[in-house]
Amino acid sequence: MAKEMIKGNVAVAEAAVRAGLVSYFGYPITPQTELLEYLSARMPELGRAFVQAESELGAINMVYGAACTGLRTMSSSSSPGVSLMCEGISYIYGTEVPAVLVDVMRGGPGLGNISPSQADYTQVVHGGGHGEYHLIVLAPASVQEAIDLTGEAFYLAEKYRTVVVILMDGFLGQMMEPAVLPPFKPVNMESPDYAVAPKEGREKRFLTSINIDAPTQERLNIRQMSKWEEITRNEVRYQGYYLDDAEYVVVGFGTCGRIALTAVREAREKGIKIGLLRPVSLSPYPTEVLDKLAEQAKGFLVVEMNNGQMLDDVVSIVARRAPVHFYGRMGGMVPYPDEISQAIDEMVNSDAGPELDGRAKWLELMRETIGQGA
Amino acid sequence: MQYEVIIAGFGGQGTLYAGQVLAYGGMDEGRHVTWLPSYGPEMRGGTANCTVVISDDEIGSPTSLHPTAVIAMNLPSLDKYEPMVKSGGWLIVNEDLVNRVPARADINIVMVPANTIAREIGNERAANMVLLGALEANLQILPEGAIEKSLEVNTGGKLKKFVPLNIEAMRRGAEYKL
Repeated sequence: MAKEMIKGNVAVAEAAVRAGLVSYFGYPITPQTELLEYLSARMPELGRAFVQAESELGAINMVYGAACTGLRTMSSSSSPGVSLMCEGISYIYGTEVPAVLVDVMRGGPGLGNISPSQADYTQVVHGGGHGEYHLIVLAPASVQEAIDLTGEAFYLAEKYRTVVVILMDGFLGQMMEPAVLPPFKPVNMESPDYAVAPKEGREKRFLTSINIDAPTQERLNIRQMSKWEEITRNEVRYQGYYLDDAEYVVVGFGTCGRIALTAVREAREKGIKIGLLRPVSLSPYPTEVLDKLAEQAKGFLVVEMNNGQMLDDVVSIVARRAPVHFYGRMGGMVPYPDEISQAIDEMVNSDAGPELDGRAKWLELMRETIGQGA
Repeated sequence: MQYEVIIAGFGGQGTLYAGQVLAYGGMDEGRHVTWLPSYGPEMRGGTANCTVVISDDEIGSPTSLHPTAVIAMNLPSLDKYEPMVKSGGWLIVNEDLVNRVPARADINIVMVPANTIAREIGNERAANMVLLGALEANLQILPEGAIEKSLEVNTGGKLKKFVPLNIEAMRRGAEYKL
């Protein structure tokens, strides 16, 4: 099929349409707005539902309602908007109905700015809302991958009756790349058995996230954890580059992962045996492959557009078998490959042992080279 | 082979569009391409730039601190990007909107009176395409005629009527081949 030049935000929107999206609910926020804007024209054109809600709170609760019919529904937002949605996400997870959410991250905390960031890794991967839940989180690094993962997200949301988040940043949202869009899937308007939807002669159904009886709630928690166990067994996704003989390993996701690829290639040209692990599913995390790499690698370098949030996960998996270095930019700043190349050189020349505190060393470097605001 | 091109100028000069024309040309030739705009709370008359990467392989970083080539459409862009061009790379300058010659001796410098030429052919807004023509004539990122062909295929709607003008602008710019 012919390639088209598509912007990341628009690509995700059209991919959702082609996956059979029945309803969309959202509220505009940069750098995600094109996604909503595109759907505001596209959905009505196809006779499907588009609602610009009064706020992110409204949007996520409309998604909750739509998800209770079991038909394909989604929302999209950016960091501060996703914070507002966290309560709703927890309710949707607790009710075990399928929904897809796109988070195009921006610089923070607070209102922050509209520049690209990965500062919401911890929020999205490790919770955000209350109670105990595990979302499936997918992090594309290219427009094509964003398209492919959007289709995948709806499939996984339905398969496990859970919430799937596509976690990207403003960089990927605004970037154009040639990509192939999938063919149209037929829209499924047949509600699944668990769903609430009007149908003559059917028994009354009740979907809720409230369980006043604690033992009942606990049994539900056990079932949800079992489901998560299954997801961690089946749904891990990652991409590896030059890992077979790697003595050093760079770990980065999304935009930062692909920027690191340029630095890793340069280091390879210099004769450094180095590879790149780019986790695609951030949750479930590619723990097993990283665990194996920890057996062979002399050192790891985690690169992120945040203060070292995935770093904590890598440190915990590597478990002091090798030093874990860190390089990150914050506040909406994007690292150039040269900065990662320098961090690679420092790792290779370092005599640090496995007890290295990568974040402390990095923060010292940041204070020296960039400085701190008043 | 990989080319990294930054096209920079004032908002409204068509830097993003020129980058798109180059990117579409690359796509139609089957190359890997990224087009990345500067984005922010921007306004007309502010700065605008985009980075286009064209490669035979999967593209890692869509940004570059040492681009193969820079098109500087005004003085602030020349001041900002001249130091960044990779040694041995190319700097294409809109001579009409700068008041100095570039200082670097280790790069190729092409001075093009792009606004004057665009005015001559009937529309000053085609200055971006004059400069793109000069870039492509010198670097030959894509086979000859590839961008013209891509422009004809990919331009629709209101912009369609500007295709002959844009092609003329690129051809005039191509006369500035070193």
